[in-house]
Amino acid sequence: MTATPSNMPLNETAPIVDSARDLVIQPLTGWIPVDWKELIQYRELLFFFIWRDIKVRYKQAVLGSAWAVLQPVINSVLFALIFNGVFHLGKDLPVPYFIYVFAALLPWTFFSAAVNVGGQVLVSQQHMLTKIYFPRIFLPTAAVGANWVDLVISMSVLLLAMPICGVIPSVGILAVPFLILITVVMSLGFVYFLSALTVLYRDFKFITPFMLQIMSYASFVQYPPEGLLQSKPWIGYVLAINPMFGLVNAFRAALIGTSDKILWHPEFLAISIVISVAMFLVGLFYFRRTERRFADIA
Amino acid sequence: MSKSIITVEGLGKAYRLGQKLEQWSSFYDVLTGFVRSPFKKLRQKSNAAASDEAFWAIRDINFEVAPGEVIGLIGRNGAGKSTLLKVLSRIVEPSEGRAHIRGRVASLLEVGTGFHPELSGRENIYLNGAILGMKRTEITRKFDAIVDFAEVEKFLDTPVKRYSSGMYVRLAFAVAAHLEPEILIVDEVLAVGDASFQKKCMGKMGDVVKDGRTILFVSHNMDAVLQLCSHVVLLKNGRNTERLSPDEGVKQYLAMSNEGTSLPLAEKPRTQFRPHMPIFTGLSIVGASGHRNVCESNGKVNFDIELSHTLELPGDLTCGVAISNERSQRIAFFHSHYQSGMSFRGTDGRVRLSCNVPSLPLVPGRYFVELVLSDGYQVIEKVERAEAIDVVFADVFGTGKIPKSSQGYLVLPCEWTHEPIDEIGLVQKAI
Repeated sequence: MTATPSNMPLNETAPIVDSARDLVIQPLTGWIPVDWKELIQYRELLFFFIWRDIKVRYKQAVLGSAWAVLQPVINSVLFALIFNGVFHLGKDLPVPYFIYVFAALLPWTFFSAAVNVGGQVLVSQQHMLTKIYFPRIFLPTAAVGANWVDLVISMSVLLLAMPICGVIPSVGILAVPFLILITVVMSLGFVYFLSALTVLYRDFKFITPFMLQIMSYASFVQYPPEGLLQSKPWIGYVLAINPMFGLVNAFRAALIGTSDKILWHPEFLAISIVISVAMFLVGLFYFRRTERRFADIA
Repeated sequence: MSKSIITVEGLGKAYRLGQKLEQWSSFYDVLTGFVRSPFKKLRQKSNAAASDEAFWAIRDINFEVAPGEVIGLIGRNGAGKSTLLKVLSRIVEPSEGRAHIRGRVASLLEVGTGFHPELSGRENIYLNGAILGMKRTEITRKFDAIVDFAEVEKFLDTPVKRYSSGMYVRLAFAVAAHLEPEILIVDEVLAVGDASFQKKCMGKMGDVVKDGRTILFVSHNMDAVLQLCSHVVLLKNGRNTERLSPDEGVKQYLAMSNEGTSLPLAEKPRTQFRPHMPIFTGLSIVGASGHRNVCESNGKVNFDIELSHTLELPGDLTCGVAISNERSQRIAFFHSHYQSGMSFRGTDGRVRLSCNVPSLPLVPGRYFVELVLSDGYQVIEKVERAEAIDVVFADVFGTGKIPKSSQGYLVLPCEWTHEPIDEIGLVQKAI
């Protein structure tokens, strides 16, 4: 016996009842629009989730939040030792290799940390899915949002390190907030999609790290793509399908400034933006479509 | 009913059988499945409505709740209570039907959902409050009351992972108890903490009721149901009854929970003096209300006992019925010889015994019936926990109150009087 809402007599709302909070629970099918009103109503919870994730991240570590500074520095130093020290990939660069790789690590670390944590967030917090209602989308959103602190800290480290290494930031730095926005939109898209997929198919727990690994190589975080791009110009468009490629390039150009070793490719950034927005919409609506089954499956 | 705050119409939730298995299905299975039969999924979709493969956790649930009512949802394990609460809390989506809720809902299916072990008590109050739907300003306003209620002032800045389980639960409940929704959905969360804290929780629930809030309440604790609820909805195999009065609902629930739950008496474990066919083969317990295995406090109860294979038993037989509480402490003993001077012979192989107890003055609760057969020298057969019997509240003294199981075992009458005493200790006779 399936009750159809259309022929169901609607009860008049009694005066004691707050009709603004009228809620109808019934089966939904197909693609479900985003309930912005509800998200605004619950907005404080999103901030609490972000606050929690930040607070918890460096608890019980002796060095505490110093890790937020140490992580990107150690990463860059390691890359400098391996890729520059051993393979001499940075020999023709106009800036020290350390700065070159650090600038690329800003968007990349944000993205990979967001996807690494965010992709698992529904599985790792499944007890919350089965015990209480709140807008599910806040969990992956918070996993992305909590990375802002690390981003701000690494950004400050870079801005301090640049003058020390004798690099003057270019005016392109004014575009960085916009580039960060693209990074966030892209990360959200990937995290929405992957977190929902991981609930349905645990395989993505294993697939995600490989995907990140491949994307990291294909984004040319650790080495300059210019040689390859000059010999085979078409390959840039293939690489740009990975939206991180255009973003990493844009971050470098904006922070360090362009030169013949750091070319600025607006066409790749344009592709990045289109793919990021598309990924965001696909992720968001796929999440909405599947979220009503999370508690049954998780 | 234009005043209802919750209207549930034909609500149902189906799980596909084997969904448990399917949930672990790998991506590979989906891929290969699609390659093998790309149209299977489409076909499945077209007859998704067919219910033969579905297990309906709840189905065709209909009821209405008026503002300020406290509705108890009771039923055996697996009757669908939790599923219903989850659907009404929007945790899972119904498969059919609909529910209309007109007010701010807070649901409490577990205490401490979202508590983070690494965070301090103070931080968790805010986090948990926000998860339960409170605004930050609201939590700040109630912060002191919450801390007070939970009795954790000294440990506010300690991570909750260092809390004792009692403190943890107290803090978690305290946050939930300070919610002020129009509709509260509660699942068995009162069964936490020690006795004194439970009392406090019940008190708090009582306050919530007095505030005129609407509550949907699942519990196995019939005392709590009787104390708090204005109506009861009984769930059985995923379907619900009409709204019942708490007394009637609890009675039906208890009668139901004894139906066919256990082995037939003949197959129950027993101790025998020497190996023998089972002798006790039938026991029926009927109280004044006519329900099996239920009787009222101080009400009459009848035990009908059937014996088989008594032919080879020598001597005069006597039979005893012992009543024990849940902790297996014997409280009463009804013996065919002690009370009635009766013994019998197992002449034709089957004997029916009847034991009428005019009044069983026990406090409400669950008791167990033990059967003992002896031949005057030794026990021939003994069946511990042959049946359970539920004693339910009855207004024995006309005061609306009788002792509870925490206060004693027996409901006995007495007369109280009082007289004022003057300062030198002389009794002043009332004029």
